[in-house]
Amino acid sequence: MAKDEFREFKLVGTRPDRPDGLDKVTGRARYGADISAPGMLWGAVVRSPHAHARIVSIDPSKALALDGVKAVVTRADFPEGLTGEDWNLQENTIAGERALYDGHAVAAVAATSKLLAEEAARLIAVEYEVLPHVIDVDDAIKPDAPVIRAGAADASVPEGMPPNVVRYMDFGRGDVEAGFAEADLVMERSYKTEATHQGYIEPHACLGQLGADGKGEMWVCTQGQWYIRKMCTAVLGLDASQLRVTPSEIGGGFGGKTTIFMEPLSLALSRKAGGKPVKIVMSRSEVLRATGPTASASMDVKIGLKKDGTITAARAEFRMQGGAFPGAPVDMALYCCFAPYNLTNVAHVGYDVLANRPKCAAYRAPGSPMGAFAVESLLDEMCRALKIDPLQMRLKNAVKEGDKSSYGPRFGSIGLIETLEATQAHPNLSIKLGPNQGRGIAAGYWFNHNGETSVSLAISEDGTAQVSVGTPDIGGSRASIALMTAETLGIGYEDVRVNVVETGALGVNEPTHGSRATFASGKAAVIAAGHAIKEMCRRAATEWGIEPEAVEWVNGAAQPAGPNAGKHPPMTIAEIAGKMGQTGGPISGHHESVPEGVGASFGCHVVDVEVDPETGRTTILRYLVVQDAGRAIHPAYVEGQYQGGAAQGIGWALNEAYIYDDKGRLANPVFLDYRIPVASDLPMIDTVIVEVPNPGHPYGVRGVGETGITPPLPAIANAIEDAVGVRMAHLPMSPATVLAALKARG
Amino acid sequence: MSKIHVTTVVNGDAVEFLADPRETLLDCLRDRLGLTGSKEGCGTGDCGACSVRLDGTLVCSCLVLGVEAEGKQIETIEGMADGATLHPLQRKFIEHAALQCGFCTPGILVAAKALLERNPDPTEEEVRFWLAGNLCRCTGYDKIIRAVLDAAAEMRQEAA
Amino acid sequence: MVAVHLWSSLTRFTDGARVVEVEAATVAEALKQLVETHPGLGPILDGGISVVIDGEMVPNRHTAIEPGAEVYLMQRLKGG
Repeated sequence: MAKDEFREFKLVGTRPDRPDGLDKVTGRARYGADISAPGMLWGAVVRSPHAHARIVSIDPSKALALDGVKAVVTRADFPEGLTGEDWNLQENTIAGERALYDGHAVAAVAATSKLLAEEAARLIAVEYEVLPHVIDVDDAIKPDAPVIRAGAADASVPEGMPPNVVRYMDFGRGDVEAGFAEADLVMERSYKTEATHQGYIEPHACLGQLGADGKGEMWVCTQGQWYIRKMCTAVLGLDASQLRVTPSEIGGGFGGKTTIFMEPLSLALSRKAGGKPVKIVMSRSEVLRATGPTASASMDVKIGLKKDGTITAARAEFRMQGGAFPGAPVDMALYCCFAPYNLTNVAHVGYDVLANRPKCAAYRAPGSPMGAFAVESLLDEMCRALKIDPLQMRLKNAVKEGDKSSYGPRFGSIGLIETLEATQAHPNLSIKLGPNQGRGIAAGYWFNHNGETSVSLAISEDGTAQVSVGTPDIGGSRASIALMTAETLGIGYEDVRVNVVETGALGVNEPTHGSRATFASGKAAVIAAGHAIKEMCRRAATEWGIEPEAVEWVNGAAQPAGPNAGKHPPMTIAEIAGKMGQTGGPISGHHESVPEGVGASFGCHVVDVEVDPETGRTTILRYLVVQDAGRAIHPAYVEGQYQGGAAQGIGWALNEAYIYDDKGRLANPVFLDYRIPVASDLPMIDTVIVEVPNPGHPYGVRGVGETGITPPLPAIANAIEDAVGVRMAHLPMSPATVLAALKARG
Repeated sequence: MSKIHVTTVVNGDAVEFLADPRETLLDCLRDRLGLTGSKEGCGTGDCGACSVRLDGTLVCSCLVLGVEAEGKQIETIEGMADGATLHPLQRKFIEHAALQCGFCTPGILVAAKALLERNPDPTEEEVRFWLAGNLCRCTGYDKIIRAVLDAAAEMRQEAA
Repeated sequence: MVAVHLWSSLTRFTDGARVVEVEAATVAEALKQLVETHPGLGPILDGGISVVIDGEMVPNRHTAIEPGAEVYLMQRLKGG
């Protein structure tokens, strides 16, 4: 049970079983690939084996000659004339004149079985003229690099920049040179991070159906059914309302399922096959080669620090490639990288650069982990040089409510100082370390997001409630929304059913992204419940013959608000609902908005590692996540977000990377080689939930999903230096690279 | 390619299906028998989401051919609960919030059950190494390990 | 008058000004005036931006801007 200065809660802050738990432990829950339809065909996709190639010709005749092959689509089956991001999405869905990366879809085929579709895909003959390619961001930004797409730069790019720079930004305030002059120590370092994948265990899967009348349906694993609808209909030139998209249960997303990949192909195949439904399920190698990993980054950071720990100035210049399309999260990386610090003099420069890689998608706090790796690594190195405690340095410079953020606007209510203080108080910090062991600390930040939100709530005849939300439940949001709704209505948690619904059932919703589901759908559900309460009070008032204003809602019942309202026994929600057919009809509430009042979330991680000097292997001995949740509605799932974010960050720091061969082909497109953390790689992950309530949410929620992936990258680098005295500036810090650094140091 | 008739027992029920000789056991379970609780996360035996028991042996069903099931006993997630009564592991997974997206959960439960049958009192390290072939990307494994250890403790108490 | 803070690379379109004063009562009016006085900003604003007033991200174009409010334009924010 949680409480704040004003209120105590019955349900908010408790840990009930999640409503979808039974389905998910029995195998009943239906994910993207778990649905079939009568007359269904299977689709398979032909993908470019080249990093960059002109498509000379596509000959599907051998495939179409097979019995049971029903349709082949190429770019010619898609409308022309799209612009901007719609064109980018279409071009990424299926290549036009050129294949832009290894794995880029070139054609697709539908057949009566999965094996037949795969065989047919192999028989589609594509002739390529291989073109020069570029993979690494520092190569791609060179003036003489192979040009991925002329004219792709937007208006932000000044004349004369290298051809693959498509967005440019610089911003800041104060005078950084004067700031550096005031410092006792100025250091400048360069850092690199490699592209990583969200690594959700469920590959993308969809079942699409589209008739010649332009009406269609889709079942798909996605973070956002309305995004699927908007993007598919844009790519195919359909009316948005004619496509009905139903989200399956989703086997992880982390940002990677906020966009489209093969979904329009299933619709195009279905239309060409006379409207038969077409199911496409990606293989793991398709997921790694051809969905949306995150960007790779090359970063320069310069910081000035006084002996007392004050940061006098800071400058960051980041270059990121996000594949063959604009959209690397370099802006977000710059906004977040200095966000924990109260700075007078700060400068940021960013370049979004094209390379022959898949179009990047969002990945948990997009950009923030890379920026944190650079800035938090350099700060740690400087604290070492000046013999300053890194936690004290962070406390000294920490931002608080009312401070100007490093990126401009002032912070509202935030909990960084509380988070750092909770970190300082944690027993893990006083555990003594042995030889080759080290401790690393880092802070991290994510804004959190609101987004278009539409929620509908209906009271049933027995006084229970159903809530329809548009944000798929990836990590327990049904539970948190049910808790808040039940708390508001004054009924039991079990008396609320939260349904994630299809696009036909609500107004437009943005996906479950930006740590927004519990914040935005939760806030909308609470407001919707408020509307239903108001109506129930009105009905009770009418029954009693008093003014609606004289009725209040307490513990799931209407009651007279005071002695002047007359003496009436409370009328429960079940009593009011049981009579609703005779008192004016259904009782419901709904809310549509882009909810304001987003609360940002800061975190601080502390990791203890042991580095094996013989092999360079880093073992995580213990791990601590401290983060401000605003309020934890269901603390177990808040802890789960903290632990999951930390684990992904650990993988990014130590193992994970997109590795390309010299032909620009992804060399590790399977889980054996793209190795994400397994159970035996990790210790228990300790968590502290700091609660500085967000005044912008009825229960104080900030959103907790993303911040947790940010600090692990630098925290582990800092711990490795503490353990063995080498500073790793290029991720991943695999055994081979750490060993090489140890040998280089001698 | 002509199909092969396969007779097998799944979760105690005799079943028959026609399998393309190239088809995996996982695809046969999912597409021929409608048992979609076993998941494909990789198709290469690296993620464990398709874990089932074949004559008691824990296998990745994506690495077994459907025709190999002939005459064998198969246990999948769908057979883990006893009617309406959940296996202690299933209950503890819900209670400990040991799942977020839930996609890896069936495979992890099947694998954990196999562990506890061999070793009713595993250490944390033993659980971690046994489950090292079952990838979870959401949880960081913390709550999964706790749920398995707690289920093991409860099952030992019941057995005692 | 309302002071709108731009990110510095936009100063190419505002004759070097990092802060542009506009006469506006709402977000929509402020954006409209920005483009009227500095047409080069048009494509950037059309491409999608976030507007922050007194530290709060303001998604609604019809939101009122109080006199003396601190208005920042930022690249569009979302998340994973």
